[in-house]
Amino acid sequence: MAIFLTDRSTIVVQGMTGAEGSKHTRRMLAAGARIAGGVNARKAGETVDFDGTELPVFETVAEAMAETGADCSVVFVPPRFTKDAVVEAIDAGMPLVVVITEGVPVHDTAAFRAYAERRGSTRIIGPNCPGVASPGASNAGIIPSDISGPGRIGLVSKSGTLTYQLMYELRDIGFTTSVGIGGDPIVGTTHIDCLEAFQADPDTDAMIMVGEIGGDAEERAAEYIAAHVTKPVVAYVAGFTAPEGKTMGHAGAIVSGSAGTAEAKKTALEAAGVRVGKTPSETARLMRDIIHAL
Amino acid sequence: MDLMEYQAKELFAKHGVPVTLGVVATTPEEARAGAQQLGGRVVVKAQVKAGGRGKAGGVKLADDPDEAASRAGDILGMQIKGLTVHRVLVAPTAEIAEEYYFSFLVDRANRSYLCIASVEGGVEIEEVAHTNPDAVAKVSIDPVTGVDEAKALEIVATARFPADVTDLAVDMVQRLWAVFIEEDASLVEVNPLARLGDGTLEALDGKITLDANADFRHPERDAFDDSAAADPLERLARDKDLNYVKLDGQVGIIGNGAGLVMSTLDVVAYAGERHGGVKPANFLDIGGGASAEVMANGLEIVLGDPGVYAVFVNVFGGITACDSVADGIVAAFRLLEERGEPVTKPLVVRLDGNNADAGRRILDDAGLAGVERVDTMDGAAERAAELAAAAAERG
Repeated sequence: MAIFLTDRSTIVVQGMTGAEGSKHTRRMLAAGARIAGGVNARKAGETVDFDGTELPVFETVAEAMAETGADCSVVFVPPRFTKDAVVEAIDAGMPLVVVITEGVPVHDTAAFRAYAERRGSTRIIGPNCPGVASPGASNAGIIPSDISGPGRIGLVSKSGTLTYQLMYELRDIGFTTSVGIGGDPIVGTTHIDCLEAFQADPDTDAMIMVGEIGGDAEERAAEYIAAHVTKPVVAYVAGFTAPEGKTMGHAGAIVSGSAGTAEAKKTALEAAGVRVGKTPSETARLMRDIIHAL
Repeated sequence: MDLMEYQAKELFAKHGVPVTLGVVATTPEEARAGAQQLGGRVVVKAQVKAGGRGKAGGVKLADDPDEAASRAGDILGMQIKGLTVHRVLVAPTAEIAEEYYFSFLVDRANRSYLCIASVEGGVEIEEVAHTNPDAVAKVSIDPVTGVDEAKALEIVATARFPADVTDLAVDMVQRLWAVFIEEDASLVEVNPLARLGDGTLEALDGKITLDANADFRHPERDAFDDSAAADPLERLARDKDLNYVKLDGQVGIIGNGAGLVMSTLDVVAYAGERHGGVKPANFLDIGGGASAEVMANGLEIVLGDPGVYAVFVNVFGGITACDSVADGIVAAFRLLEERGEPVTKPLVVRLDGNNADAGRRILDDAGLAGVERVDTMDGAAERAAELAAAAAERG
């Protein structure tokens, strides 16, 4: 089993005909994902060849769902069109919408996230995220599929490269699912949503949570872990040396005054009984020790 | 991007928020002319993107144009929280009856918006929240429905603004909401929001943070560009579309992916504790692609910092293959040599992940002077810190 994305998931790609969309559609297919086609109103009716796999382009998300039974959409459309694309998917009742696009205005994200909550039938992951990978089952996004195979760890992270780094270091153990939730100030799926799903997933034995400076999502996750998570959790937090008031790459990675520091996050997590690695490698070692002791 | 007070006030005026613009001056002479034009008593305010300007001596009253020039002379060139004052705002003084506080902001915790309002303004709102929490009203706002007249009325009532300013306040709240949404701001703050002697309301100060992700919707923002005030290396990085933050350490950092680069800074700082206390000199994320040109631009910026004694290139090949990153480094060295800026500082390179073996081989075969390959992140950080400490000691 895996969370959010399984071997039965059927994916449509919004923005499949663009440069990024087509590159990653090819990679997702190679990773074994079931991709039913793309959505682009201007190219509806055409097909696109991906190394011998012909994928249709649908006019709308609703049409793609009706024709193919798709239950997951991966969004690669540029920032200025992202909100409309996500709203279209929500209106179509798409159960899972993974928004890879970086650079979405925060008001657009706030609007489509609130809209999805109101409609109540769509989970959004991202934006500005690497997506979801359930190794050996499916891949929705840009997480390289050859880094690690299936296994017993669940991972949730704000950062793409740290996700790859940790999956690579723990490739001998493997992962049920890795979820990149993204580094923007507002995201569709939180650390807590993933921890809850991993706790409920019988195949996940332990979890890694990767956080970084900015906001208080890690502190909230720590409270949640203390109250609801019985499986072991190891955490890593990036940005101890980040200066106040500077955005460190991710739009949401900023220490404001004394709020959002890495130190505060580490303290909260440790108080919740979570072991926090000092470096990514140490974090991987802590996880390996836990798995071997199980 | 944070705006300065006079820029925030320009956006307020655009949306009909009551405000007095005043005159922006970069010299005492201009301040004198501004005070002359305004007439009467004026206030001369430092224009920097930092709070606590008053406490730092950056806000002064002046009774006449000569005094305005002299106060401007005191304030211009002054340092406030490490920022040099290049401009002052000369504004007419107002007869203030009461001072309130008002803001709209992105509420990360609830993934929504929050309005904070208080009848106790003119001081830092964190202070009011601490000493008199009941005086701080927090109203959450649904991004789908936003702030209409009814919501504005709810905010004004929750904040307990006096009954006789209710209509004015409800109007102002809706105009500030328009600033927040239409200008794509992540923060709009008015402190103080003043009730003047004649019973009207006015935004006497303003702070706006603009969402850089929305720049594509706002070509007019170019006018707010203050690249002249930015660090020259940060300016160069911005011109080359690189994500760079200047810090004040000795180990230059280049990596791919924001999270990994933040992590690299931390690991280098830990290693530095064992090597003369050296610290990371910068944050530089070259992103996924890392072509030779991007790598060369990155190296040029990091090596352009005279405080840098060694550079740590930390790349994890996820989507990018390490062999193309290694090709990029080799080509970057050639490119910099052609530009007449050959690399003379030691470089520690860690390549791991996708095609790491091929990448490492390329680096070894190239035999670039001063380049060392260390294959673990912790080990490479250790070595970079050691090299930087040794070079710093030699001077």
